[in-house]
Amino acid sequence: MDKFTKVTGVATPLMRQNVDTDLIIRIERLVDNVTREGLGPYAFEQIRFKPDGSEDPDCIFNQTPYRDAPIILSRENFGCGSSREGAVWALKGMGIKAVIAPYFGDIFNNNCFQNGLLPVALPIHEIEQLADEMKASPGNARITVDLENCQVISPTGRTIPFQVDARRQHAMLNGLDDIALTMSRRDEIEAWQTSDKSSRPWVWL
Amino acid sequence: MGKTLFDKIWDSHVITDLGNGFVLLHIDRLLLHDMSGGKALKEAIDKGYPPVQPRLIYGTPDHTMSTKPGRTEHTHPPGLPLIKSMRETTSAYGIKLFDLGQDGQGIVHVMGPEQGLTLPGTTLVCGDSHTSTHGGMGALAFGIGSSELVHVIATQTMVQRKPKRMRARFEGKLMPGVTAKDMILHLIGELGTAAGTGYSVEYAGSAVRALPVEARLTLCNLTIEMGARTGMVAPDDTTYEYLNGRDYAPKGAMWDRAVAHWRTLPTDPDAEFDREHTIDMKNVAPQITWGTSPEHVIAVDRAIPDPRTGPEEKRGAWEAALQYQGLEPGKPIEGTQVDWVFIGSCTNSRISDLRAAAEIVKGRHKADHVTAWVVPGSVRIKAEAEAEGLDRVFLDAGFEWREPGCSMCLASNGERVPPGKRSVSTSNRNFVGRQGPGARTHLASPAMAAAAAIKGAIADVRKI
Repeated sequence: MDKFTKVTGVATPLMRQNVDTDLIIRIERLVDNVTREGLGPYAFEQIRFKPDGSEDPDCIFNQTPYRDAPIILSRENFGCGSSREGAVWALKGMGIKAVIAPYFGDIFNNNCFQNGLLPVALPIHEIEQLADEMKASPGNARITVDLENCQVISPTGRTIPFQVDARRQHAMLNGLDDIALTMSRRDEIEAWQTSDKSSRPWVWL
Repeated sequence: MGKTLFDKIWDSHVITDLGNGFVLLHIDRLLLHDMSGGKALKEAIDKGYPPVQPRLIYGTPDHTMSTKPGRTEHTHPPGLPLIKSMRETTSAYGIKLFDLGQDGQGIVHVMGPEQGLTLPGTTLVCGDSHTSTHGGMGALAFGIGSSELVHVIATQTMVQRKPKRMRARFEGKLMPGVTAKDMILHLIGELGTAAGTGYSVEYAGSAVRALPVEARLTLCNLTIEMGARTGMVAPDDTTYEYLNGRDYAPKGAMWDRAVAHWRTLPTDPDAEFDREHTIDMKNVAPQITWGTSPEHVIAVDRAIPDPRTGPEEKRGAWEAALQYQGLEPGKPIEGTQVDWVFIGSCTNSRISDLRAAAEIVKGRHKADHVTAWVVPGSVRIKAEAEAEGLDRVFLDAGFEWREPGCSMCLASNGERVPPGKRSVSTSNRNFVGRQGPGARTHLASPAMAAAAAIKGAIADVRKI
């Protein structure tokens, strides 16, 4: 997994509720033989592009200075819906390193932590203020997301703390994935399975 | 203090406590489908982690192939590499695949219960958010992403944090025209699409106890649409009757032993939940969604909501939804002209769903301007429906009778509602573009969808 320690950059205020994973990446892009990295151009295609394929200038992702922003600000329930991990790959493919929202879809949240994309949960009033500060100083405003110290620094220098599970923080900071850690517990897993085979033999086909 | 159904299953599957609130949880069943199954197996194998318990893994293609009558794997070429990859990786490790054209093939969440692979008290995962469906059998089932899939293939375990517990009780008798689909849509309408985030949900109450298993599967299917990854119904005699004799269910003395264990699973009377919500079934009417989130739902005899009188924090979302859907606030939703009707998906493609739709359709004909599809959930359901003559009922009424698969629920196989066209669908998501770019989706029960096809407009099934 990619490491995440800190990111500083422009944050795009995509201030809508329930940004679902179908909106982030259409399912047929995951059927086509596109690489994970190659999904970036298709991220949010339903709002970034018009039906004729041209860019929609009204979409904030197509506007300066947000075009290459590494952070997204959004409202409640970002990443709800489908379990497709392609939503996280597409966000990474468009250069997103962190998403700040009041809360996230559970499966999307887990998928982020498997890929080094940081979901940051902050109260909505903080996010609205971050969005206001971004818009107040277009081109100059920057937000910092610091995982080591668990804080967001606003364009005006305000420090906003956030919470993250210690286990996940450690894994993200060090780029660890779970499989190797779990593999080291193979004996415990096998012991559990041996015991379960005698107590619930019908489960074991 | 007593324990909940969820706690009993969760606690008995904890292999070890990892600290910071995380545990290593044993996974009893892994189900694969063609969108992510072959890719995840290949990734695991390439990383040096071949499947450690291949006999606990089962697969079937459902997402990417055509459902056109007489289809083969070549009918929708973009899906072919995924189906082939799934076939190659499963056969290399002796993983059972219910392949295209074979008995048992179907939508993965239909296949599991149908085969008796989904058992009460088991942990079951699949790379699909509607894995919550299997909770209708009393299993702890949830959807996972691709990386987590690889972890399960490699270790038959998952690193998980225990969710909180919510109980939703439905009390009383179902009113005319009301189904499990209406119950869950009504609940999502009351609580909102994120009420379950961070929770496991148990559905209980007299109305749930009275539901047959297929309806319980529908109820649990939409759990993710209120944010919770897992929803469950406690197993009971209804569950055991449904399960007994199925291909992979225990047999003979082993069956008796299993049932004795399953009877210990229901929530103890003194168990506590973090959140409780009760619905009086007197207040539940046939439902239809109007917007672009499953929480945008009303009883079919109500008017389309007006954002100006709705909650302030939802005003923007409601306005955007009405604009996308091409609807006017304040007008009755009944009578809104419909172009497409889709009866199918892991929500509503089982034999009882097809029977309910056929009952409305029988002796009638669809409206001329409507394209209506019926996509059975599995090869077995299709055969059972044909043996009962349901295919003739639909075909005589001008519907298409198709092959099993996910089809127009999410349009991953090229089967789409055209841009700007309005669909009444028995599926689970009415998101922007879900059934195809620009498609306008209204979620409803199979009988409501059938009624819309006949009337050519959103219709109240109670008036048919």
